Amino acid sequence: MKDILQIEHLTHTYGAGTPFQRNAVEDLSFTVKEGEFLGIIGHTGSGKSTLIQHLNGLLKPTAGRILLDGKDIWAEPKKIRDVRFRVGLVFQYPEYQLFEETVYKDIAFGPINQGKTGEELDRCVRTAAKLVGLKSEALDKSPFELSGGQKRRVALAGVIAMEPEVLILDEPTAGLDPAGRENLMANIRDFHRNRGGTVILVSHSMDEIAQNVDRILVLKSAHILMDGAPRQVFARGQELIAAGLDVPQVTRVAMALRDRGLPIDPAVYTVEELKRALLNLRKEGAAC
Amino acid sequence: MIKTKDLTFTYPAEEGEQPVQALRGVDIAIEKGSFVVVLGHNGSGKSTLAKTFNAVLLPAGGKVYVEGMDTLDEELLLAVRQRVGMVFQNPDNQIVANVVEEDVAFAPENLGVPSPEIRKRVDDALAAVGMSEFVTHAPHLLSGGQKQRIAIAGVIAMEPDCIVLDEATAMLDPIGRQEVLSTVHRLNQEKGITVILITHHMNEAEEADRVLVMDDGKVAMDGAPREVFSHVEELRSMGLTVPDTVALLYDLRQEGMDVPLSALTVDECADAITAALTPGKTEKSTK
Amino acid sequence: MLKDITLGQYFPGNTPAHKLDPRTKILLVVIYIVALFCAKSFLSYGLVALTLFACVRVSKVGLKALVRGLKPVVIIILFTAVLNLFFTPGQVLFQLGFLKITDAGVSNALRMVLRIMLLIMGTFLLTYTTSPISLTDGLERLLNGLKNFHVPVHELAMMMSIALRFIPTLIEETDKIMSAQKARGADFESGNLFEKAKALIPILVPLFISAFRRADELATAMECRCYHGGEGRTKLHVLRYERRDYAALISGVVIAAAVITLGRLEL
Repeated sequence: MKDILQIEHLTHTYGAGTPFQRNAVEDLSFTVKEGEFLGIIGHTGSGKSTLIQHLNGLLKPTAGRILLDGKDIWAEPKKIRDVRFRVGLVFQYPEYQLFEETVYKDIAFGPINQGKTGEELDRCVRTAAKLVGLKSEALDKSPFELSGGQKRRVALAGVIAMEPEVLILDEPTAGLDPAGRENLMANIRDFHRNRGGTVILVSHSMDEIAQNVDRILVLKSAHILMDGAPRQVFARGQELIAAGLDVPQVTRVAMALRDRGLPIDPAVYTVEELKRALLNLRKEGAAC
Repeated sequence: MIKTKDLTFTYPAEEGEQPVQALRGVDIAIEKGSFVVVLGHNGSGKSTLAKTFNAVLLPAGGKVYVEGMDTLDEELLLAVRQRVGMVFQNPDNQIVANVVEEDVAFAPENLGVPSPEIRKRVDDALAAVGMSEFVTHAPHLLSGGQKQRIAIAGVIAMEPDCIVLDEATAMLDPIGRQEVLSTVHRLNQEKGITVILITHHMNEAEEADRVLVMDDGKVAMDGAPREVFSHVEELRSMGLTVPDTVALLYDLRQEGMDVPLSALTVDECADAITAALTPGKTEKSTK
Repeated sequence: MLKDITLGQYFPGNTPAHKLDPRTKILLVVIYIVALFCAKSFLSYGLVALTLFACVRVSKVGLKALVRGLKPVVIIILFTAVLNLFFTPGQVLFQLGFLKITDAGVSNALRMVLRIMLLIMGTFLLTYTTSPISLTDGLERLLNGLKNFHVPVHELAMMMSIALRFIPTLIEETDKIMSAQKARGADFESGNLFEKAKALIPILVPLFISAFRRADELATAMECRCYHGGEGRTKLHVLRYERRDYAALISGVVIAAAVITLGRLEL
């Protein structure tokens, strides 16, 4: 798998030259492989939103480079808009950005800016709508007639319709109820599987990240604290907790069981896995 | 403290749609000083119910009594709202003023409280939510959790008997959520203020006295958290989830392990599993 | 980026100017403007300027900040200067083609420019030393008498202070909406005037809708905190005149009188 995104020594300074100067991200380096499902977790203020806005060229690095498919995205500053079509970014509470008369037109906004027309445009819009679970009847309605969850899907479709190679989602399930959350994450998982694109999920919820991603990047105070597969990250559960972050509740249970003397791998992070581990223990116990 | 009888409420119909009956006959009584969590999926009626408690919405049918006062009585409107304060979901859209102390003073100013008394109430309210150092700060520069605490202070300044939080943690990050929860728990325990928390985060119900589960405009379940969460299948059929601890215990039970479903917290859960896997060792009570 | 605009540029402080009652400052500005427009000779302008600089010293405004306050009106200043310089009849001093510069022109131009500068700097001083909330409080108290003429003074003041409170929030939201639309390829820079205006729709529509939603939610929140209009409302901070207010007002009136007299006496 090739590296679709390479971040090299990225630093971003806000308020340079004023008494409020601070580095939102400092000397960050990591790569994202094509087709990966990456999770980024960190507190408010850890640099998450600054980082993702660099990936699609909304923010310019104070130092360092961002390479998309091997090429520096700022090599031709006038063409930075093209990067935004290839790296799609969905902000938090994206339903607040809807503005068109119909759902169809709103979803089409991105592709039209891209230069798509006619049949290709229609295909992009309809495919995107289907991918997020919107029925075709919804396409002719005004976006403001829809429920909050529906509106969010429209906003998501609007970015997917640009057919980006990388899709970045900032807290896509924020404010949704459990059923809504599960539904949306299922759509996103399907998108990842079927389109084979790269997905980057930014979240506060360790549980949500644990259940969905191949790899986790933990940010703390403008730096990368950890970078690895979920198992590797949660094995350092104590460190995460000490850094003020959370671990999935299941992992906490596993850690608590370990404290009580049971031989449980503390890097367990799904209910299914812990259940199996415990059932195995029971079998072994019975065999004694 | 608050009592409803046969409460029904219908939202007016949108163009070409049917009117939505959000509440279909709710009969509950909230005890003074209790900490009640109301759970339910979106559309279950939980927010609607909350808004009838302080007359933001008036019953279409049935009655709501706040300390004996009928919310339908126009003359008692201000009295009802002074008794039952409300904190909403969006931290920004509750802040009226440019300066924290002015915002907290808003309610007592409306009630015609004399100036020196307002000063005292503002300072006390900010101390109660742990935001005293921000007294002359600009509210829009605060974090979400801090803003919500200012909103809570603004409500406390009215000296209400009850605070209703309508999904007040939904837009906050985990730290902010924790700040708000510990603040209201403290207010409940130290000042005896009745707290009614509307939410869809299951884990916020862990430390409640009582959990009400709303479904389709009615109260589907009503009891202590451990009692309610042990009904795993029922909750799932209503589109809700259970905390992972309970989900794990449920799965283990399905496989024949003898574990109670009422071990809600991480520690309780770990104790219960340990006890089940090591019989004969020191038995820890899990009830 | 947009967040850096501090409307009115209020800077909190503890100077005597800051401590004055806002009503005093508003009245002083009114008197100041009247005096400024009655000033005729350079002597009277000098007097006004001197007073202004005394106030500047008292309020500890930096000279840089003051000059920055003039930036928005540079064009007006230049325009006025040019207009007066070239189009005032009088004794010709210099001629370039059909453009004549007269002695009266120079004198007028100088005075008009001075007037504008002093005007802007004076009002700048007001907003520099008085927080928006104090200003609206002060205005509300001053205009209270109009209530008898069915002018909704309290409601207007409340509207103003809420609008001021929401400016930074709405600016933040505009930023967010702009970023979101840019992420979908929106282009706010290129194109002619018409195209640029059209490009604003994806920002203005969501912003307006959001503003209405906020207003609705805020109104409900206010009612839940027992808001019921201006009747029976008390205030956390009660405005009270102190000795320094009387002193400031009297000095202001005296100086204004002096300036007007100078004008009358054609000095």
